[in-house]
Amino acid sequence: MTSTTAEMRPPRSEVGVIGWVRKNLFSSPTNALLTVIGIWIIWSAVSGVAHWAFTQATWEGTDGKACTWSGAGACWPFVKAKFSQFMYGRYPEPQRWRVDLTYVLAIIGLVPLMIPRIPGKLFNTIYMLVFFPIAAFLLLSGGYFGLPYIPTELWGGLLVTLVVASVGIAGAFPLGIMLAIGRRSRMPIVRWVSVAFIELVRGVPLITVLFMASVMLPLFLPEGMTIDKLLRALIMVALFAAAYLAEVIRGGLQAIPRGQFEAADALGLTYAQKMGLIILPQALKLVIPGIVNTFIGLFKDTSLVLIIGIFDLLGIVQQNQNDATWFSPSTAMTGYVFAGLIFWIFCFSMSRYSLFIERRLAASDRR
Amino acid sequence: MTATTNRQAPGPLVTPPAKPNLLYRPEFRQAVYQVLLVVCLIFAFWTIANNVADNLARQNIASGFGFWNRTSGFDISQSLIEYSNQSTYGRAFWAGLLNTLLVAALGIVFATIIGFLVGIGRLSTNWLISRICGAYVEILRNLPLLLQLFFWYFAVLKNLPGPRQSISLPGGLSLNVRGLYLPAPIAGPGFDYVLAALGLGIVLSIAVAIWARARQRATGERFPVLWTTLALVLLLPGAVYIALGQPLSFQYPVLRGFNFQGGVAVQPELIALVVGLSTYTASFIAEIVRAGIAGVPRGQREAANALGLSSGLTMRLVILPQALRIIIPPLTSQYLNLTKNSSLAVAIGYPDFVSVFTGTVLNQTGQAVEVILLTMLVFLTISLITSAFMNWFNKHIALVER
Repeated sequence: MTSTTAEMRPPRSEVGVIGWVRKNLFSSPTNALLTVIGIWIIWSAVSGVAHWAFTQATWEGTDGKACTWSGAGACWPFVKAKFSQFMYGRYPEPQRWRVDLTYVLAIIGLVPLMIPRIPGKLFNTIYMLVFFPIAAFLLLSGGYFGLPYIPTELWGGLLVTLVVASVGIAGAFPLGIMLAIGRRSRMPIVRWVSVAFIELVRGVPLITVLFMASVMLPLFLPEGMTIDKLLRALIMVALFAAAYLAEVIRGGLQAIPRGQFEAADALGLTYAQKMGLIILPQALKLVIPGIVNTFIGLFKDTSLVLIIGIFDLLGIVQQNQNDATWFSPSTAMTGYVFAGLIFWIFCFSMSRYSLFIERRLAASDRR
Repeated sequence: MTATTNRQAPGPLVTPPAKPNLLYRPEFRQAVYQVLLVVCLIFAFWTIANNVADNLARQNIASGFGFWNRTSGFDISQSLIEYSNQSTYGRAFWAGLLNTLLVAALGIVFATIIGFLVGIGRLSTNWLISRICGAYVEILRNLPLLLQLFFWYFAVLKNLPGPRQSISLPGGLSLNVRGLYLPAPIAGPGFDYVLAALGLGIVLSIAVAIWARARQRATGERFPVLWTTLALVLLLPGAVYIALGQPLSFQYPVLRGFNFQGGVAVQPELIALVVGLSTYTASFIAEIVRAGIAGVPRGQREAANALGLSSGLTMRLVILPQALRIIIPPLTSQYLNLTKNSSLAVAIGYPDFVSVFTGTVLNQTGQAVEVILLTMLVFLTISLITSAFMNWFNKHIALVER
């Protein structure tokens, strides 16, 4: 081997943009055909959306007539006029700072809780589980410290969506953990009761559970005792979510090796110490993605409360659809697109966060 | 439990441990906890039952299932069985239940087709196609189903032109604000023979499939089952159909006055429900399919390539059969979700089981306890039957280790 061949660059058709296009888009005749179809789909979707939302949209106006012309796209003045209703429902305008303050308090607690690098998770958790719920209740409902009382009938829009979803998951959490542990208990009666509850609730649609909240729960109570409609829905949503959460947490419990249980027993820990200090911290960490997914499902399902007459974001959009002032062929579509955008941003960012946690957990397992 | 308590000291050298205090014995504690739980549950049920009885008595609401045979007095806009406002509540129950099953069956079929296409498309080597399928999944999965149903019903179908300006689709279909109008098939004399030929074709093709499988086991030779099946199922009835002088005619819907007459009309509520449910569930099925295919080890595909199988055959004979084992269990729960989600029909006014029975019948009779109990029973039965069937199917295709 006296002479080596001079190093040659790969042909230009194999690298760079052209190479990438050839490899990923036109590698075979079928692929080329698919690419052409794909370009057509993207083109029609993008141009359709752009026409509807921008070039053909109505931007100014005070009623539905402004949006009623042939070929009219989105009716943005409708969203502009109803925006504060979509966010707060009929919550009295001078008191809306209370809702905003609650959001700020939530963000102060949530952001450091979600970033793994920031220390002080214990205080953070106590803040979110103890301080924040009390503060949020006092702020939103009022009646103390000179804040006027706002009945829940006036709450609405995104506020109700967030309240139902977060109270639902917070209420479901302890119950879900108890059900998951109960389902794996050695005590047969405890196990049967847990299995019966979980399977019964998971077997029926949320709507029937909500119907139950509106027609059956009042029958359960003694005469003269009534529960607020929103609270009834909250109780039922929490019970419903608990059954799903219990199955997720059970998956985590099953993944903990026997040795961990035995080691805790060998150390002489009591049952509560064993579960609280050894098993649950590991099991819950394993199933964070599953918990986030349950939360996303719950967040989407909150829209069902409109069926029993509570106006969440979708409910209030749906109600304003029927406003005669804003009657136009494109009002409905505009309202749904707006509500959909908000729901989508929330759900999509949560699912991304769950992916991020999943990758982090996978990385820590690879050590 | 008995194994641990019966374990005695093995020899005389070890002194038997002192009998622990009763309070520290696990069996005793467990018994106490369970008795406490049972007492609490009985007390809770007893209180609730008492309150319910009191409340019902005060509101003068009858209890029991006496309402079942009373005349309902309300109409149902679409029913698969004979139903009028003179029918009983019991018949309304069945009409609603059949409507739910119809939506569930249609939804499952479409969701499976779309879901598999999108899921396989997401793994395509074509960058553009995999991105489009990914966008489909991410958009539809992250929007509430109720919002999507409202979108299809109020924003799309309710905005269609009236019957006079109907949109004509190929095949004699027309779409307008009142729904989709399909041509109705009318069987002429002798059409029964065509159906008989179709049945014969199906039976024969099953026989061929069994024979071909046995032969392949014995000799390793493959038989073109797909083509034979197609020929038997399509050509045989087709030949009979033509031989008998085409005894099937179509009654096309025609515009008379302000509406279409004749043909088969599909309500917009049903269309919105089926489209919404199937596209939404398809986004979940697509993810399940993708995970299932990605879960088949790389070596399987490489081995199939090494054996010289084409990419289609690799998919059909090697990848999909193994992926199905991963796919079936979560797919089952998606089918159940779809069936449960069909109850959202109540929001767009489709007369499904929940809307007819848990909505209207409950409102008219006021018998909340009986109606809600029956509703739960129905959904539990549906879930149990579906999961029993899917478990059987799962066992059928499960890996048999030899």
